[in-house]
Amino acid sequence: MLEIKNLHVNYGGISAVKGINMSVPEKSIVTLIGANGAGKSTTLRTIAGLVKPSSGEIIFQGENITGKDTIDIVAKGITLVPEGRRVFANLTVLENLKIGAYLRKESIEDSIKNVFDLFPRLKERSWQLAGTLSGGEQQMLAVGRALMAKPKLIMMDEPSLGLAPLIVNGIFDIIKEINKLGTTILLIEQNANKALKVADYGYVLETGKITMEGTGLELLKNEKVKDAYLGSSKK
Amino acid sequence: MIDQRKKHNFKLYNIIIFIVFVAFITALDLKFLGDDYVRRVLSLAAIYTIVSVSMNLVNGFTGLFSLGQAGFMAVGAYTVAIFTVPLEKRAAIFYVVDQNPVLAQIHLPFVVALILGGLLSALIAILIGIPVLRLRSDYLAIATLGFSEIIRIILTNAKSITNGALGIKGIPEMPTMWVFFGVMILSVTLIVLLINSSYGRAFKAIREDEIAAEAMGINLFKHKVMSFAIGAFFAGIGGGLLASLLGTVDPKQFYFTMTYNFLLIIVLGGMGSISGTVIASFIVTIGLEVLRFFDEPLTLLGFNIPLFRAGFRMVIFSALLMILVLFFRNGLLGQKELSWDMITSWFNKKTLRRKEKGGAL
Repeated sequence: MLEIKNLHVNYGGISAVKGINMSVPEKSIVTLIGANGAGKSTTLRTIAGLVKPSSGEIIFQGENITGKDTIDIVAKGITLVPEGRRVFANLTVLENLKIGAYLRKESIEDSIKNVFDLFPRLKERSWQLAGTLSGGEQQMLAVGRALMAKPKLIMMDEPSLGLAPLIVNGIFDIIKEINKLGTTILLIEQNANKALKVADYGYVLETGKITMEGTGLELLKNEKVKDAYLGSSKK
Repeated sequence: MIDQRKKHNFKLYNIIIFIVFVAFITALDLKFLGDDYVRRVLSLAAIYTIVSVSMNLVNGFTGLFSLGQAGFMAVGAYTVAIFTVPLEKRAAIFYVVDQNPVLAQIHLPFVVALILGGLLSALIAILIGIPVLRLRSDYLAIATLGFSEIIRIILTNAKSITNGALGIKGIPEMPTMWVFFGVMILSVTLIVLLINSSYGRAFKAIREDEIAAEAMGINLFKHKVMSFAIGAFFAGIGGGLLASLLGTVDPKQFYFTMTYNFLLIIVLGGMGSISGTVIASFIVTIGLEVLRFFDEPLTLLGFNIPLFRAGFRMVIFSALLMILVLFFRNGLLGQKELSWDMITSWFNKKTLRRKEKGGAL
């Protein structure tokens, strides 16, 4: 569904992504793990069109979308759940959801209902200002908002950031559920353990290069990954 | 069921308030009530409402810190002034430098000139917006402030068009206050409809978080220019109305200090609240008049109180502004809109508190 070929991204003179190749098959969950500054967020932001690549190709459903504007990319069916949630704090939950469907011309009542079915908590609080929600609820809202665009591919940037472990479990359950409903997911995580458990396939990114790849299970068992990201116990 | 009846009552209250308002303005207008001074102040308040609401659209709802409102008003005011002064009076007004021969032939009806003024304002806003709206917060404020000054200086120097520093006199006056209040009701309604549309939601999303808004597929630049141009349109309309209320325009009216009046109004009413802005427009405009006795010498028990002299009014006003910013940073209503729920809950709280006090005794 999504193919990335030899992607390079520079910020000024500093290169953040140095020629990565990866592919996201349809209806799968693919995860990109790595430490801080490895270039994970940059990769996502480049796919979403928020950052322009210096070279390389991004192909979505057979179409080259490299360097296109974010609006066109969202319209083609890729949405981003930004890092740190970034809900519109002074707008109500319902307004947040409606903004997520901004590019859709048709009626959005069904989508709102679907999101409320997925997150009953949001329905209870639909008139509350998003800024007054708890962190976990805000993350639900950010995911729900992204779903409102009816995406084919949803990209999540660190959805577990700053959340309590119990809520993190809930978020990963939801990710699996969204995937079951037919949406492809590209997930970025520092919480490698959790991410690899839900992922069909994973890539390990180190300082702008992909150093390892494999199915979620393979990577979970891989010694190097264990050492670097999973905090294996060498007792 | 009780809820439903309540809601029904509220609708009734709204209609009653609207009828009382219409009756009040009509009574004033037909000179059953008040005098010319009151009529003038209230008309000015209506104009200030239009401009403040338009400024709130840009500053409060889209989050663009723009200080160019006086400049856009000047464009609207001068368009009305140039095109509505009767042809036979033109030569007497442009006695130093002759009016541009093409313009000297053109006379437009007031409504056409008013809308033209608004459109011209919006066009200029688009032209300026394209470079300037790439800036953020305080940089944008400085750029728009500079623009407003440029407009004023052009008006002072383009003598064959604007009659320079002498200004233009003899703009036909409006026969009825309803011109101002009608346009006010229409503009506020249009802006409210805009804010509640999907465009309005996009504006608010941009105000809240530009990156997230962009990730949702909102074209930041297009929406910023749109909001800026619509704000300028209504400011131009407000300026045109001001020209016909005062009957005269000159460049000095449109100093940047004028913009601060509107800034004060939207801060007082609440950035992001239309009803707050409307209330604040009337409070500030009427307040500025009521405080006028501070400007006159006051003798108390044979003492001439030294502070009461021309300009003291503004000192009081500034002090009020400081108190406002220190203690009510969100203004009267913040980002909320006035509603019956709000009023009833406020009263309920008050009676509750009174009951609690009673209980303690």
